[in-house]
Amino acid sequence: MSKDVWVVVESLRGEVLENTYTMLAAGRTLADGLGGKLTALLLGSKAEGLAGTLGVADGVTYVDHPALADFTPDAYRRTISALVKEAAPRAVLMGHSSMGMDVASGISIDLGLPLVSACQTLSAAAGFVSVTCGGKVLAEGKLPEPACLVTLVPGGHKPQDGRKDAAPPVARVQPPVPLDDLKTKLKGYIEPEAGGIDITKESILVSVGRGIGQQDNLKLAEELAAALGGAVSASRPIVDQGWLPTSRLVGKSGKSVKPRLYLALGISGAPEHHEGMSDAECIVAVNTDEKAPILDYAQYGVMEDALKLMPVLTARVKQAKGG
Amino acid sequence: MDILVPIKLVPDLVEELEIAANGVALDRRFMRLIPSEQDDHALEEALLLKERHGGSVTVITLDTGDTDDTLYTAIAKGADRAIKVTGESFDEGVTNHAASSVLQAAAKDLTFDLILTGAQATDDLDGSTGPLLAARLGLPFVGYVLAVSQEDGGIVVRKEYPGGLVAEMTVDLPAVLGISAAEKPPRYVVTAKVMEAMKTATIEEVAAGDADAQGAAELARMYLPESGERAEMIEGGVDQVADALVALFGKRGLLG
Amino acid sequence: MLISATWRSTAPVEVTVTSTMTSEPTLYDEILEATPHGERLNLCLQCGMCSGICPYGFAMEFPPRSLIAALRAEELTSALDSDLIWLCVSCFACTSVCPVQIPLTTSLLTTFKAESMLRGKVPSELQAALENTRRYGNTLGESPRRRPEWASHLSPPVPLMAEAKEPVDVLWFVGDYASYHPRSQVVSRAMARLLRALDVNFGILGPEENSDGDAQLLSGEKGLYEMLVLKNGKAFAKYQFKQVVTTDPHAFNVIKNEYPRAGVTVPIQHYTQFLAERLDQLKPLLHRELNARVAYHDPCALGRANSNNIYDEPRQLLQAIPGLELVEMAHNRANTICCGGGGGGNWLDGFVWEQAHARTSEWRVEEAVRAGAEILAVACPYETPRFEDAVKSTGHQEELIVKDIAELLSEAMRD
Repeated sequence: MSKDVWVVVESLRGEVLENTYTMLAAGRTLADGLGGKLTALLLGSKAEGLAGTLGVADGVTYVDHPALADFTPDAYRRTISALVKEAAPRAVLMGHSSMGMDVASGISIDLGLPLVSACQTLSAAAGFVSVTCGGKVLAEGKLPEPACLVTLVPGGHKPQDGRKDAAPPVARVQPPVPLDDLKTKLKGYIEPEAGGIDITKESILVSVGRGIGQQDNLKLAEELAAALGGAVSASRPIVDQGWLPTSRLVGKSGKSVKPRLYLALGISGAPEHHEGMSDAECIVAVNTDEKAPILDYAQYGVMEDALKLMPVLTARVKQAKGG
Repeated sequence: MDILVPIKLVPDLVEELEIAANGVALDRRFMRLIPSEQDDHALEEALLLKERHGGSVTVITLDTGDTDDTLYTAIAKGADRAIKVTGESFDEGVTNHAASSVLQAAAKDLTFDLILTGAQATDDLDGSTGPLLAARLGLPFVGYVLAVSQEDGGIVVRKEYPGGLVAEMTVDLPAVLGISAAEKPPRYVVTAKVMEAMKTATIEEVAAGDADAQGAAELARMYLPESGERAEMIEGGVDQVADALVALFGKRGLLG
Repeated sequence: MLISATWRSTAPVEVTVTSTMTSEPTLYDEILEATPHGERLNLCLQCGMCSGICPYGFAMEFPPRSLIAALRAEELTSALDSDLIWLCVSCFACTSVCPVQIPLTTSLLTTFKAESMLRGKVPSELQAALENTRRYGNTLGESPRRRPEWASHLSPPVPLMAEAKEPVDVLWFVGDYASYHPRSQVVSRAMARLLRALDVNFGILGPEENSDGDAQLLSGEKGLYEMLVLKNGKAFAKYQFKQVVTTDPHAFNVIKNEYPRAGVTVPIQHYTQFLAERLDQLKPLLHRELNARVAYHDPCALGRANSNNIYDEPRQLLQAIPGLELVEMAHNRANTICCGGGGGGNWLDGFVWEQAHARTSEWRVEEAVRAGAEILAVACPYETPRFEDAVKSTGHQEELIVKDIAELLSEAMRD
């Protein structure tokens, strides 16, 4: 049985995505526990330079081909499946993300390998801990033997532990299978709405979720944000309704923010949201549900109706600032 | 386009969740099951495509319990056929690997150009149904899709990436897509129409063949996280809380 | 902007309907059949009283009179394309002033809303409330199992009908908001105290209670309303009680006036009627002085709607509180200004604000302040949160507080 661990690197338009570092941190922990090697699997076209921050890995396997320049499910899955089949590592870590989830299941069927998804923590001794049901339930078990696939969510391993600005030895390999007649092809990218507020640059965020009730109530959040000198951000339900643009979305499908203060109003704090704000310096959660997952990782919690609290808090803040 | 929409019934998180006596699964006895939210979006996207280009929409679900309301509602919204796949232990919960194997067998008797299903479901632990089904059927798959359009005899999908970036991809048909959000929020259908569907429509029942249940990891334990390292609660009425928060902000230098 | 009108034709009007029915019933036919006396639609004089008195008529593309004109001209496309029908809050003002007594609210406007809904034109907030009703039996999307939780810390406990060993005198129909909304729950607890103090033998349905159906019916979701009547009817049939008492005017209105046509008939009173009948028993318990000027807001559902005309009893209760000075707002009794919460309006604030840039609840609060009131007394579980919001948005927090009559009575009982 192999002891080696692979991490499939996720990159977008020339930049390695942060969850890759989370995976490398997890992979490092796992490989060390198993006594094996950690290899980063990088697919791309003229992208060898991306190996420069993957120093936590013992080596990089780099597959270069024009068809791999951008992620597409067909080309990536074929390539990864074939390489994994040949090398048979102990575990292959992929992102629980738009890219990772497109290929992980397919590889599981291709190779008959068990797939553990939504995994937050990995170790050789304890196996995996996965998160489910909006963060309300945890599931753990041993890593299936002799080999398995894992898709990772952030929260259990720190990306800082997975990033080292040095390039490990890079082994360049040819695509193991032909990459012609691809069934999925990239047409192009569409930029997010330009202009307006960049929530990743704000140091205070007043973030609203389902608990805000009606669209009308957004203005209360705006007033509070204005009083605090911050901006309004939101969780998925608000953006899906069209009440705020996607540029304000915090979370897995939105932005990752690291403000000094993250005031979460009526946000339950499911893992997809947590992903986007786990590094906030101070998280204050206002919610009427004492079982809301956000209370497991916020520093401060308030059991109160956000709609009642906002105007009072706005007034007090203005007072304190002498306005 | 003829579209197949597999719908998965998942635990409703409005209710309290409990762990079953065996310690490795959810207690399903008093659980309310509802259609997975993204599957509702997949159905909506399918109906929008039917409205634009004609064709048919077939919904299919495993009989894990509480399925009929979901199926009749789909028909009331405009689906043409509703299929329920029955199986012995389905009411104890089915892994995605097993479910996709059941759906693969059922799909043999169906013709379709496109399969739309939710990109993820809240209780997924072993990948998701869409890409597993696609792999079993040998069809291409793209997930996290926000919009589907028909162009030049094929389809173009919009796929979401972090930060609001969207990729446009062409996909050869037949294909499977994992929808994370439909182009419009799922439509409302009045109760009278659902009642009418219950009276006039038939849910076709199909027996599941043998399912390939391999592929999900065995669990050692399932549990509700302890309130261990929880937030420090700020007590008091609205006024006291507001004062405490202002003091906290001040201490952290956030009030300028 | 608002016309105060109390005159109306007092002689009953006889109508013979010559229908233009073809084999396929038209929308016009539907409206005629929707509700008793719906055929009076044929008598519309196009006088415009309805459009004039409608609180949001100024913002609608087709206020009631124009809707009828469009119907008669068979030019319905624009009317059906407009989603401004959702500005109607089912306040019954139009119905109460119509000189030929067309049941405008329940026939014309509700049917138009139903037609809008069939065309997929329903604002998303209201859609969520309707979907929650279907799934959970309440508009708030809360677990039905937790419906009696508002009473869980009360001692002595509030009896559940399912646990009652004997028949009760009063089945207290609590309602969605009074069960689940934190502000309205406070009022429910006050009511429990009052019932205890009066030694009333009562019980609540708890998880067996479903949404009363008033908002669902008036917003055009007839099928959903029928489902609720069926469920509540079954629950009523299980138990023995002398009457139903409710703290919710909408529940009162629909159970009294609509449920019988759907096959469920139970004697019902609004709590203000019930308590007013027992004023001899209650008054001695009210020993704490409340030195404040209080204006009472007449809920549409209790007064104008279906001529329920309950105006005196709430006032009698308030005047029984020592030290309380009752003042009247400019619009009162049958002329009351709606709080904006009826007919689905409770879930349409975002939509209404966007379209009308006005809130009736704010007009009402300003009236209360102008009348010199320090307390705005209400008798409906939607109103406490709605008016408290309006007090804040108009900046009158220092001058006016909002209290349900039950709260005021309960407080007057304290030592």
